[in-house]
Parts: sequence; C-alpha cells; structure tokens
Amino acid sequence: MKILVCITHVPDTTSKIAFTDNSTKFDQTGVQYIIGPYDDYALARAVELKEATGGSISVLNVGEAETEPTLRKALAIGADDAIRVNAFPTDAFFVSKQIAKVAEEGGYDLILMGRESIDFNGGQVHGMVGELLGMPSMSPVMTLDIEGNTAKLTREIEGGKEFMEVKLPAVLGCQEPIAEWKIPNMRGIMSARTKPLSVVEPTGDAPATTVDNFELPPAKKGVTMVDAENMDELVNLLKNEAKVI
Amino acid sequence: MSALAFVELDEGKVKKSSLEAVTYANAVAGDATAIVFGSMDDGQADLIGSAGASKVLHVTDEKLASPNIMAYASAIAEAMNGGYDQLILAKSSLGDPVSARVAIKTNAALAANVSEPLSGDVAKTSIYTGKAFANTKLNGNRKVISIKKNAVEIKTDGGSASVEAFSPTINNGDFKAKVTSTEKATGDVLLPEADIVVSGGRGLKGPENWGMIEELAKTLGAATACSKPVSDMDWRPHHEHVGQTGIKVSPTLYIAVGISGAIQHLAGVNSSKYIVVINKDLEAPFFKAADYGVVGDAFEVVPKLTEAIKAQQG
Repeated sequence: MKILVCITHVPDTTSKIAFTDNSTKFDQTGVQYIIGPYDDYALARAVELKEATGGSISVLNVGEAETEPTLRKALAIGADDAIRVNAFPTDAFFVSKQIAKVAEEGGYDLILMGRESIDFNGGQVHGMVGELLGMPSMSPVMTLDIEGNTAKLTREIEGGKEFMEVKLPAVLGCQEPIAEWKIPNMRGIMSARTKPLSVVEPTGDAPATTVDNFELPPAKKGVTMVDAENMDELVNLLKNEAKVI
Repeated sequence: MSALAFVELDEGKVKKSSLEAVTYANAVAGDATAIVFGSMDDGQADLIGSAGASKVLHVTDEKLASPNIMAYASAIAEAMNGGYDQLILAKSSLGDPVSARVAIKTNAALAANVSEPLSGDVAKTSIYTGKAFANTKLNGNRKVISIKKNAVEIKTDGGSASVEAFSPTINNGDFKAKVTSTEKATGDVLLPEADIVVSGGRGLKGPENWGMIEELAKTLGAATACSKPVSDMDWRPHHEHVGQTGIKVSPTLYIAVGISGAIQHLAGVNSSKYIVVINKDLEAPFFKAADYGVVGDAFEVVPKLTEAIKAQQG
C-alpha cells in the first residue's frame, strides 16, 4: 500500500503567540517548530500500517526551506521519502491544490493528515483534497484499519462516534487515539539523513483567502475570588454581573 | 446577495448551532434560506423562520436521510447553484467536512471558525487554538462561512418560513463511504452545543466522583466535559475531552473543577465568555484565565454551589 502523509510545520503548543510588522506577520522569535500534533498521530498510524502490511510512506509538506528539519524528523519516525512543495502555505485552498497535485502524480491508496493544523485550525484541507481528487474524505478519524481496499474506521461525532467503511483511495484527517506518537530512535535519525527529500515547485493557483492582519484576544480583566463558604455570592455574580445563568 | 444556511437535525430537532447559522445568514444577506435533510419534528420550520429564514429547502430523499458528507456536499452545492452566493454553517463533525467540499465544488472562498459577523468581505477567524484571531479576506464572489458557537445571538423575531421540497441529483459516486453503526450518548446536552459546560479534571480523583459534576450540570442544563488526563485514563469518554487536541468549546459559561489549567487545556476553552475555576490550589495557573475563582475542596464546594443554584431557581 502506498501511503501519503501530509504534515504541517507549526509552533510548539506551548509557544507564546505574538505578531510583528503591524500585526501582519507571526513573530517567530524563540518559537520551536514541530510536526503538527494531529499529523504526528497520522504518521504514527501510517508507520504501524506499513509494519503490518508492507508498502511505502511518503511524507509531504507545503512550506519553505525552513521546514526541512521537520520533514527529516518525519523520515526518522519512519517515512521512506519526503516531498516539499516549495511555497509558503498561504491558505487551505492553496495547500489543498498542492497536495492534490502531488497525490495525483503519486497514485496513493491512502492520504493521511491531521484533523487540523494547530496554527490556523481550519480543518478544511482533507475535505478539499478529497473533493479535488474525487475521493471520500473523513475526519476526525480515531481508529483505522485496512481490509483489502476498504478502510474500517471510527469517526468522532458530537456525543459519540460512528463506525464507517470507506472505499480506498481516501483522504483521512486523524486524531488521537489512532496511534501513539512515535519518538525517533537513533537508527531512524541516522537513516533519515540519507533518505530522499525532493523539492517540487508549486502550482500557479492563487489562494482563496488572504489575511489582512492578526489580533490577540482582549486581556482578561482579572479574576474575582469568591469565598468557598459563600456559594450564594458566586451564584449572585453569575446571575447579576455576568448574566450567564 | 443571498445566503443559504445548512441546518442540521439531531433526532428530528434543529440544532441550536444551526439556528445561529440561520441568524448569521440573515445578518449577512438580509434574508436566508435554510437547507434541511431528513424528517423534521413539528414546529421546526417555525424555529428556523424565527431565527431569520423565509424559506426552507427540505430534502426528503430516503438516500439522504442520514448524514453523508459527500452526498450532502453535492446537494448543497446544487442548491447554491440555484441562486445563492453564500453558504453559512455551524462548525460540527458534519458541517466541517461538508463546507470544505462545497467550497471546492462551487469555487467559493471558505473561512472556518468565524467568531463574529462579517465586516464586508473580511471574516474574523479564530486561530492558534483560540490564542489569536486573523482578519481573513475572502476573495471572489462566493463564500462559505463556518461559524463558531456564539458567533451571533439567535434571532427569535423573524417571520415564518415556507417549506419547499428540494430533490437534488443523486450521484452514486457519493456513496463510497458508509456508516455501519453509531454509538451516541442520548439525553445529554451535546458539548459543542451547550451554553454552559461543567468540566472535571484529575482533582476529582476518580470516575466514581463524577456524580457531583453531573448533578451540577443537570441543575444548570449544562454539558459535562473533562481534561485530557481524565480522558486518557478512561475516566470519561474522548468526546468529552476539551483542550488543544480535543474539542474546542466557546460556551457562555465554563466551570472548571479540579483542573490546573495547563496551556493545552486553556487552548480548548479560552473562547468561553466567562470562566469559573474551582481548585484547592491558589497557585493553579487556571485562575489567571478565570473570571471567578474559588479556592477550596471540590468535594465540598461543588455540592454547595449546586444547592445555591437550586435555591436560587426556587
């Protein structure tokens, strides 16, 4: 089975979020970049599926040269080769077009990615790629098994989950507990240095959206402490000050 | 400009988040048409009308009675091609994938996690897991807008909506995925729909102690939630887990009990309008993000709070 895993290169979950250039650029100062946590689950499950049934894993990122260490990390975790589409990932539509092109050329049976990136949180790319390729797309996928050309999976819904059978090829957005994150071992890190990483140029598609500027949420005005013995006071504040109950 | 709102049903009843989508569509275009799949309980079209739609396109084809991402996307795109330039829907496990596919089918620009009404062609979208916003310009003439809970207050003074049958083309290619079974909590307030959320963390010491959380939630008509460690330890199901890698909620009131407030948890709840934190440790970082705080033993404070609310409700 040929698997394509699409990863994002995103700030660590503990990063301080700030902007520069008149709030038009993300402030990278002191920020550590990681494989998107949801993408990391997708990659981990891809490695398990390959171990069980054979095949190959290609890992893809749409990003500029600075994302290559993140792709190398994915190679160390177990991908066989990496592809970088040499462009800033402007918006979901643009990124989806790039992924769809690579996927079309590669003829993959399964395209996995995280349910959403943790920077823009759109959760749109798997659906867009599925639509562009005429494939089913499902998200968020919590368990995944492959039987012949069918993916048996569970998808989280409000208040529960649904069990599904999806014909391959398909595009799946993954989340926990689909697999445990894998930490690269020394052998993986050594071999990642020599695995192929190809750079391809982007399609000419224009993004469908552009960010005018960024904003931070207004600061909280500070906490009002209420005595643990005086819950009537808390109820009073919630009812008459916040007006939420 | 004309706007279509995708309205989801939960066991025959219109979801509250979908009524927000209807009101949002009305605010954007001055009127709205809703599209609904499957059988509706009595009175639901009136609710949709009050929220701001003058027309309901009702799809009753048996093949589309239960949610199907690809087929719903095809049907909605077909409806949009009948004269709508905007689609508004509420963020959900069905709405998200449908919105992405419709955007491609109709060449529309899509904005997700939109937290307030549009300003011209610019949508305010929540990014970095609630830690920032992007003012996102949607290029082109057609738009798909997926809204977060509480993006608008639901209108209740709209008119009545006429119901019109809508029979979209059925494409066999849209049935490559099928749901074989569903496992769903019944009777509970669904977490992403809830105005009030009561959430428990490791401080509750074990799943056997959730009775008081449920009691408080029931008293408030709230949904229950939990922190990641609690769902990792299987004290509570994964669909209750809020945080960076779980559900992101934006209720009007979030009550956190025995949760320290790690940055990954805050990421899932920081869009809440008001946050109450109950924790025995004054140093818990969650207090910095709270509006109201109580330092005390949850096992004493929570039942007292429940009693105080009941007394107030009379």
